[in-house]
Amino acid sequence: MAAPPTAVEQPLNSSPDTASAIITFENVAIAFEANSVLDGVSFRLAKGETKAIFGVAGSGKSTILKLALGLLKPDSGSIYVLGSDVTRMPEEELFRLRRNIGMVFQESALFDSLTVRENVAFRLMEEHDVSEEDLESRVREALSFVELEHTLDMFPSELSGGMRRRVAIARAIITRPEILLYDSPTGGLDPVTSTTIIELIVKQRDVYKTSSLLVSHRLQDAFTMATHYFDRKSNHMKALPPGSRTEIPMTFLILHNGKVIFDGDAQELAASKDEYIREYIS
Amino acid sequence: MELISPTEFAKETIQSLQDYSILAGRSVSNLFRYPRYVADTVQQADLIGVGSLPIVVLTGFFTGAVLALNSSNTLERFGSLSLLGQLVAIGMVRELGPVLTGLMVAGRNSSGMASELGSMVVTEQIDAMRALGTDPVKKLVTPRVVSTVFMLFFLTIISDLLGLIGGGAVAVVLLGLDSHQYWSTAWQILQFQDVFMGLVKPVLFGFIIATVGCHYGISARGGTQGVGRATTQAVVASSVLILLVDFFATKFLMAVFGYR
Repeated sequence: MAAPPTAVEQPLNSSPDTASAIITFENVAIAFEANSVLDGVSFRLAKGETKAIFGVAGSGKSTILKLALGLLKPDSGSIYVLGSDVTRMPEEELFRLRRNIGMVFQESALFDSLTVRENVAFRLMEEHDVSEEDLESRVREALSFVELEHTLDMFPSELSGGMRRRVAIARAIITRPEILLYDSPTGGLDPVTSTTIIELIVKQRDVYKTSSLLVSHRLQDAFTMATHYFDRKSNHMKALPPGSRTEIPMTFLILHNGKVIFDGDAQELAASKDEYIREYIS
Repeated sequence: MELISPTEFAKETIQSLQDYSILAGRSVSNLFRYPRYVADTVQQADLIGVGSLPIVVLTGFFTGAVLALNSSNTLERFGSLSLLGQLVAIGMVRELGPVLTGLMVAGRNSSGMASELGSMVVTEQIDAMRALGTDPVKKLVTPRVVSTVFMLFFLTIISDLLGLIGGGAVAVVLLGLDSHQYWSTAWQILQFQDVFMGLVKPVLFGFIIATVGCHYGISARGGTQGVGRATTQAVVASSVLILLVDFFATKFLMAVFGYR
């Protein structure tokens, strides 16, 4: 990981480079046994953009993340991640590609027989070419990012749900991946802990400009992300002035009956006349 | 209980066989690919080998002892009690040592592997491992296969020896046979092919125990209940497979060595 970010006075003013898509879904369909989950889903995630995916339970939100990682293969359609078609890649090549992607699982999915240090360092230890000192400093840096340096020698079972989620974020970002995938990072957490997690995601977005897909049930989390920026001086998330909200590289995608019914920014979402969307965001 | 159609049952069985074959094949082919998880293999060897030592020692000793006890009555009727050492040696080395050690290790470790990997599946740890760019078959399955094959080989030797000691104890203490006579007849009867047959089997059984345990673990579905089911199925399948493979391996090796 690089040196800690330098302080900035201004809110973010970088916009995503829409010409260079980091992730592209083209007409993707997948069914589990007789149940069609995704049916002709297409969208693009631009470099530096964060896209929040919404939908009712079972609408295929988490499936999109697993498809993007190549953990599942679609029945039809193409998925391009960092320029590679993951639907055609053999598993061995996918392992290499996945080293550029960080994933935070719904229930954290920390390795319960390993300590926090070993969990966070897992990816570096697998690379076999990182010295002990380098490994230790990068683990400490990743854990300090999520403010959990003191948990180094603890096991996941000794941590609270929110702490486990933060360790999972540290594990995902330790190699500074180009893409981050968050699967319901605030699911099942109390409002205060949820805000802490959202603040970390905003920090990652604004400090490292990582492209992200975020699956959530909580619309308010995504609106918080769309209306706040990370102030490196105070080390806290702050609300953007009303005029500068379009500058945040944040979009929303809503799934309904296996199809994308909305893909746009917060203002477009708020202005939508679609009955289902109005009901969803109300 | 939900009834499934014969077609569905056939499809599921063939799918399961295919998945098992792929997993077993990859567990072997990974031996020739980097990275190699030496530390994980040593850790598993400790868990499987050293951890199974007490049950293997007890099983071997008492199997040899009871074999001697049961055979003594029949041998005595023909006035051949002096052949007791031969009988225990052949029985333990060729058959009972490998099979009973295999079954004991299957009961202890095949279930352990299925429950451990099954828990990792249902808590998304296997997916997390794949997402972190690590092949779970290379990291979790191959070390278990290598260490089980390696350790079962030596556990069988220990079991054979303990079986002979158990038989010897019964022969000397309960039947009043001469210790020297028991050991010299036991030693003389054993030929290369007997020892070879007895040491080929643990290699096959070790492979079965680890691959079946890992297969049921990795294909576990349906939460904690699914993990429990996978654990039971792993023990049943590996035990039955050990007995089946034992018969065919024995038949094959007897044909190779010209036994009738």
